[in-house]
Amino acid sequence: MGGAVNLLAQRHPINSALSLIAVMAALAGEYLLLGAEFVAAVQVIVYAGAIMVLFVFVIMLLNAGEEERTKGSRVAILLGVPGMLTGSVLTAWVVLRHSGTEAVPIGALPGPPKEIAQLLFHEFLLPFEVTSVLILIAIMGAVVLASKPESAAGKAD
Amino acid sequence: MVQSYVPLSYYLLLSGFLFACGVVGFLIKRNIITIFMSIELMLNGVNLSFVAFAAHWHALAGQVFVFFVMVVAAAEAAVGLAIIIAVYRTRETLNVDQVNLLKL
Repeated sequence: MGGAVNLLAQRHPINSALSLIAVMAALAGEYLLLGAEFVAAVQVIVYAGAIMVLFVFVIMLLNAGEEERTKGSRVAILLGVPGMLTGSVLTAWVVLRHSGTEAVPIGALPGPPKEIAQLLFHEFLLPFEVTSVLILIAIMGAVVLASKPESAAGKAD
Repeated sequence: MVQSYVPLSYYLLLSGFLFACGVVGFLIKRNIITIFMSIELMLNGVNLSFVAFAAHWHALAGQVFVFFVMVVAAAEAAVGLAIIIAVYRTRETLNVDQVNLLKL
């Protein structure tokens, strides 16, 4: 809904991070409409909070203010845009035809955090623990990657 | 509870639209940070279809899976942005057309 409009504005400037934040917020609203309160909260906290702060921080750190030029080949535009339009219209038609009448009631799924926690810590306990290891590795990798020049310079000194 | 109904296919179409926008941004953008943001957009589109199907089939496992996707996306964002910083330090550019060699 609202995210779709924001996405078209996303193409133009380098600070498209702001429109991406708008898309994330709209998606959180969608999750809330679907009855997934926990996912909506996690979406706001993790995506719109942590990841987008990281993005904006890196954009400001790298001073990425210049506009990029967009020059595409004419053949790609001539072939690609009609092809993409027909493909998307066909996909939309097929999806609407085959599942057009089934409806998702708003707020149908009782997805409180309690039941999600039951599921998460009983059936999905092993993936949860593996996830923690993954995050640890990611943090260590990020630290190593981002601080390599300093450590090399420190060794050189 | 509000008794209004939204068809599942609308959610699927919005999800597909988000994913397609991510793919288009990934292909036509030249700025490496913007490319990275379009990857996040694709992940968000997939998350939306996960939640829509979870609500449609009354299966909570879909929401748990969305949680895992978000965690992996966060880890990926941290590592990817660190890589971007490292690339910018050595190349002094963010344009992917100028980053064509792994080794300087």
